[in-house]
Amino acid sequence: MATITIGLMDPPYESSNVVTGLRIVDAALRRGHHVNVFLYEGAVALGFADQKPHANPVKGTTVEEQEHPNPKDWVRGLFELAAERGVKLDWVNCGLCVDERGVEKQVEGARRGSPADAWKLAEASEGFLYVATR
Amino acid sequence: MAKYLLIESRSPWESGDVSYLFGLARDLAAAGNEVTLFLVQNGVLPARRGAQDHGLAELSRKVTLLADGFSLRERAIAENGLITGARVSNVEAVVDLLAEGVRAIWH
Repeated sequence: MATITIGLMDPPYESSNVVTGLRIVDAALRRGHHVNVFLYEGAVALGFADQKPHANPVKGTTVEEQEHPNPKDWVRGLFELAAERGVKLDWVNCGLCVDERGVEKQVEGARRGSPADAWKLAEASEGFLYVATR
Repeated sequence: MAKYLLIESRSPWESGDVSYLFGLARDLAAAGNEVTLFLVQNGVLPARRGAQDHGLAELSRKVTLLADGFSLRERAIAENGLITGARVSNVEAVVDLLAEGVRAIWH
């Protein structure tokens, strides 16, 4: 069992980097590793608890038919997976980035940190990958 | 000798920097390091057989060349439709390398 730190920078709904990053987190948890995730800049909105699914008025589809995914649910799912597997998921948001975007209300388990945490978490990990934005 | 994991998420047709990452992989391998080049997202596109040659086949003789199966399926690229030297893989391979303590770079 190792500890792996993943850094994400991209906001929700804008880049495949988020999906790939979360796939790596998911795979690491399933492998039985502890995982730290450091969220910087727009990525702090991934765990914003007030995200809402919506209908599509252009297509005339309902909320249920649209099945619009919200990243907050993916983040919750990762916490549930970590609990099931008995490993730790530390979800650390850059606090100033949170304040700038007004996304203080986060899913349960997310915590506030600072860029210094990115370095501390990396130092304490066997592996570190920062998924840089474009 | 160190172990490196280079992850390419972009195609050569959207970013000129891709050639620099391929060059970095080649130079790291030439310096005696163990290098894995993992292609993901649009990064898998030059691994498709018949795509314009960007030196990947030659590079695969010097580094381990992996293509993310999820990204291939998203782009309707068949697993048996890759250039010689490229192997289908997944993000679990990334996790295993990170857990080993490999030095990882994302582009």
